[in-house]
Amino acid sequence: MIQEFSHFLSSIMPESAAVLLAPLLLLGVCVIAVAVIGYTLMKKKKIRRTTFVFYLFISPWLLGFLITQLYPLAFSLYASLTKWDMVSPMKFIGVDNYIKAFSGGDKWFYQSLKVTFYYAILSVPLQLILGLLVAVLLNRKVRGIRFFRTAFYIPTLVSGVALAVLWKNIFNYNFGLLNGLLNAVGLSSQQWLRDPKLVIPSLVIMSLWGFGTPMVIFLAGLQGVPKELYEAADIDGATALQKMFKITLPQMSSIVLYNLIQGIIGAFQVFTQAYTMTDGGPDGASMFYMLNLYEQAFKKFNMGYASALAWILFIIILLLSGLVFKSSGLWVYYESEMKEGEEKAKKSRKGRVRNA
Amino acid sequence: MPKRGDKELQKKIGKNSLKLRIDRLLILFVLVTGSIVLLYPLFWMVATSLRSTEEVYTSGISLWVKELHFENFVTALTAFPFFTYLKNTLLIAVCSLVLQTISSSLAGYGFARYYAPGSNILFVVMLATMMIPGQVTMIPQFILYKNFGWINTLYPLIVPAAFAGAFNTFLLRQFYMRLPANLADAAKLDGCNDFQIWLKIYLPLAKPVLTTVAIFEFIGKWNDFMGPLIYINSDRLKTLALGLQTFQGRYVTKVNLLMAVSLVVILPCIILFFCFQEEFMKGIAITGEK
Repeated sequence: MIQEFSHFLSSIMPESAAVLLAPLLLLGVCVIAVAVIGYTLMKKKKIRRTTFVFYLFISPWLLGFLITQLYPLAFSLYASLTKWDMVSPMKFIGVDNYIKAFSGGDKWFYQSLKVTFYYAILSVPLQLILGLLVAVLLNRKVRGIRFFRTAFYIPTLVSGVALAVLWKNIFNYNFGLLNGLLNAVGLSSQQWLRDPKLVIPSLVIMSLWGFGTPMVIFLAGLQGVPKELYEAADIDGATALQKMFKITLPQMSSIVLYNLIQGIIGAFQVFTQAYTMTDGGPDGASMFYMLNLYEQAFKKFNMGYASALAWILFIIILLLSGLVFKSSGLWVYYESEMKEGEEKAKKSRKGRVRNA
Repeated sequence: MPKRGDKELQKKIGKNSLKLRIDRLLILFVLVTGSIVLLYPLFWMVATSLRSTEEVYTSGISLWVKELHFENFVTALTAFPFFTYLKNTLLIAVCSLVLQTISSSLAGYGFARYYAPGSNILFVVMLATMMIPGQVTMIPQFILYKNFGWINTLYPLIVPAAFAGAFNTFLLRQFYMRLPANLADAAKLDGCNDFQIWLKIYLPLAKPVLTTVAIFEFIGKWNDFMGPLIYINSDRLKTLALGLQTFQGRYVTKVNLLMAVSLVVILPCIILFFCFQEEFMKGIAITGEK
């Protein structure tokens, strides 16, 4: 139906306009449906007016959550219990897909887990430490600080295939920048991406180039740390190291937590680099989890098995995040935030009532 | 006694200011070195894109270009349907940007200004969805769009942007929360409804955050590789990311051409960032508030 609808649209107007209009109209129809239902309920005094308006406003998120997240999650959980190649109908096989993964029926499963964990363990902490240190430096009042903030963030703007192509050549054996550097200081050239021992560290070096993502969020967090704390510490004669560990880190711990979890999720989603630069090689030394999943799903069309892989990935990320959250009780500093939060919540509740 | 105290104080200040100056010089040194190290690969990229094929192999880490070959860019961009890919990429990125800023700003406003049964739970659910990796929902979404007949069209790359993203919604909610609730009193007296209040009073104030959202969305879609890889087959609909991937497979040895194309692909993102830097940083700063 939607296909016909968009064909109809492109027949009466330029293609580009139709591309934008079709989804907008579809979304509009959905929102209008929600609105009509809500409005009827409201008129019958079943719900309050603010409730209706609230759900109307958040419908762009709520619909997206239902259509692109909740339904797919449920669907892929079901698909993971089937054998399915997208051509013949789904065949229910219970947990066979999971057994296949864990019992070695997929030769890349354990290897891809190992590779991905190895990459994550190196890349995530290094990115966070570098991001935090640079953010602390960039938070100082030095001449030209705006230039430096831009300069440190620019590499992060290079991403996707362009990033992969650039670094593939930086790692090149014959003319690459890194070997040039090694030769300049008298060391011998390395086969960065072709050496099974070096390929993951190489990709970690490349990921460090984009440390700007956690950095800007740290920088934003630093601006929220009360300056009086540092002034008090200065009067007490605290060293820079003491200030870092006694003020900056405790005050920023919730942001460290956020960056840590986002970093873990990002590391488990590495795909473009592996696909473009190494294709999983040499000998599967860079066979990332997502690359294996992609090949199972879109090359071999083992949709059921690939869904199982996706769910295993999801559960790993949930477990890791849960672990980080749980341990965060030990190191995340909430005391002042809770007080502030309560006050803010009170205020905003008043605001909402007044607004309504 | 007071005089001695003054002297001591002056001494202390003098010592401090010297220490401060050394501190500053040290920081400046670290920052300068850091930016050179970080920007060097980009400079190397520019230099390589202007070299002849032979010169690439003999240059090492030097940035000096003996002979400028600007025609590399012409050769590279005419070797594949660059402008078709550019048009598709722009179409996806710009449409997504428009849809995403509108939808996330609506949802963020709802979360910030209204209290309803379930609103707190939904907010927590929204924060939790940030932990769902996109790849877990990738296969069912693919099936869904396949059933719509959307494979090998641009729809699956644009339509999802009409749904407010969790991070963007959160960002806008944080921003709207800071604005006083009585801002809209006058408008309400004038008879504006809830939607008009958002549109006329609150939306214009959110410009820095909207810019941040727009830049994130544009850069994300501009560089998206897996989406087009899964959904697009025909040359007519390919994006620059896909085009660059094919190009680099075909011209492995023509490093100067590869660097030229890559440079053209990343340039719009860097220019965009330069133009809206101030707003971008201001928008990001909102995440730091609790």
